[in-house]
Amino acid sequence: MLSYKAIYVIVLREFKRFFRQKGRLVVTLARPLIWLFIVGSGFTRLIDIGSGANYIQFILPGIVGMTILFSSIFSTISVVWDREFGFLREMLVSPVSRVTIVFGKLLSGTTLSVLQGVALLFVAPFLGLPLSFQGFAAMILLMFLVALSITALGLFVASFLSSLEGFNVIMNFIVLPMFFLSGALYPVGSLPPVIKVFTYINPLCYGVDSFKHVLLPSGGRLAAEIPMYVDVAFVAVFSVIFTFLAALVFERKK
Amino acid sequence: MRKMPIIRVENLFKRYNGVEAVKGVSFDVEEGETFGFLGPNGAGKTTTISILCTLLNFDSGVALVNGFDCRKEPHRVRSSIGLVFQEITLDNELTAYENLKFHCYLYNMNKKVAEERIDEILDVVGLSDRRNDIVKKFSGGMKRRLEIARGLLHRPRVLFLDEPTLGLDPQTRSHVWEFIHKLKKTVGHTVFMTTHYMQEAEVCDRIAIIDGGKIIALARPDELKRSLKGDTIYIKTASDELARLEIQEKFGLNAKVTDAGLSLLVEGGEKFIPRLFERLTTEVLSVNLKKPSLEDVFINLTGREIREDGPGARMRG
Repeated sequence: MLSYKAIYVIVLREFKRFFRQKGRLVVTLARPLIWLFIVGSGFTRLIDIGSGANYIQFILPGIVGMTILFSSIFSTISVVWDREFGFLREMLVSPVSRVTIVFGKLLSGTTLSVLQGVALLFVAPFLGLPLSFQGFAAMILLMFLVALSITALGLFVASFLSSLEGFNVIMNFIVLPMFFLSGALYPVGSLPPVIKVFTYINPLCYGVDSFKHVLLPSGGRLAAEIPMYVDVAFVAVFSVIFTFLAALVFERKK
Repeated sequence: MRKMPIIRVENLFKRYNGVEAVKGVSFDVEEGETFGFLGPNGAGKTTTISILCTLLNFDSGVALVNGFDCRKEPHRVRSSIGLVFQEITLDNELTAYENLKFHCYLYNMNKKVAEERIDEILDVVGLSDRRNDIVKKFSGGMKRRLEIARGLLHRPRVLFLDEPTLGLDPQTRSHVWEFIHKLKKTVGHTVFMTTHYMQEAEVCDRIAIIDGGKIIALARPDELKRSLKGDTIYIKTASDELARLEIQEKFGLNAKVTDAGLSLLVEGGEKFIPRLFERLTTEVLSVNLKKPSLEDVFINLTGREIREDGPGARMRG
């Protein structure tokens, strides 16, 4: 059913395309740093936290989450791109199963996101957040899981879209609420109940919370808000459901 | 016992957005044959090819490729075929080599076999020196050659070419055809192609002329031409309708009113023209004698010319 060679070469292709576009690479790496140092340092002066993490430290897990969110969601543009430029047909007439194509796209989107998250983690010590080897390893696993859930969601949505314009409109509509309701910039506990409801179904909210467990000191107003096991369980279940749905839609579509 | 044909299509029907795109098409393609599907845009060519390549379901009938059922065993059909689409389906951001490698791995070849085949096929299509160039920089003809090379990498039993020269300039077009012809001689594949260019269909061993979702003729090109029993004379007159009646009356010939004027089929056209001029009273504006071509076969069968690159020429056929 699954062809590993095909998955490997689909991932390889996405990596080549990613690293070949130097401009995109620079923007991708610069965006989180701009958020962190401009938004972060601006608010740090404004907000007096008291004990625990200060504001610029607080948003690091959120910015890691944001990087993964953007990278994962927008990696799935390749599905629409391939359809628009015909390359998808090259894959569809091959003996490779549709599920293989979905897994290839899933794995490439996920690993590219994790790589960007890892690059961002090297900023942590400079913000006064020490990161042990165990913490680093835990972050890689968590980032992988979060990236997987969001790439799967993106793939599921993208499989319905046939134009690049449509992709940008729809994905921005999904990405921005997900980001602002993730606890990346402010604790979700402080949101009004009507809005807070949406955070319960937002995988990024659980993802960012799990990063806070690892990266931030416990205690204080800005620490993690949800138990770690709930974070991991929700993101894992979300990944499985949307991987299944994406594969289903791909299988059905001719 | 006769060998099983490599492609068998029986009474194929396909309804598409409320339109019957294919209405009971039947034909066999023998192994090693170059088989052409000729017809205007919208005749059902691409629909049929898409069904045979398992990209499209069909409503009723039989479609077998390499002995496998297109509906029940799509994976096995896909392993047996190579396909070159109407539109370019290469990855522009990758090199020629990378595009081919992608294909090899998709068809589950190991590294050693893949490398050997890529070297070999790049040589065949004359792109060895462009091996590591990004495809974006390639000309239209080079992209086509690379696509055909890609379609052959996994040694398919049948190579499908759907309008392989669409959108190319005439010079590149003839280059691509020379190349396909050469390839056929050296590699000896079964080739199934569609085209709406008459001259291109002449290279086929057999041609099916398809119009309005039905096959209206199926034979070797020379047989089709011979079936016309004569030369075609096109005349433009002051009044085509009057001339038509007059010709019928005086020569007992049925002339057809076509886009190119009146067309009539006669044997020994050179000798007929002076006689025609002598006896025809309607003023003749121009005259044109053509030895039989597939174009005439088509016009004779349908009363229309195949439109070339008119509006909607890029629509799926």
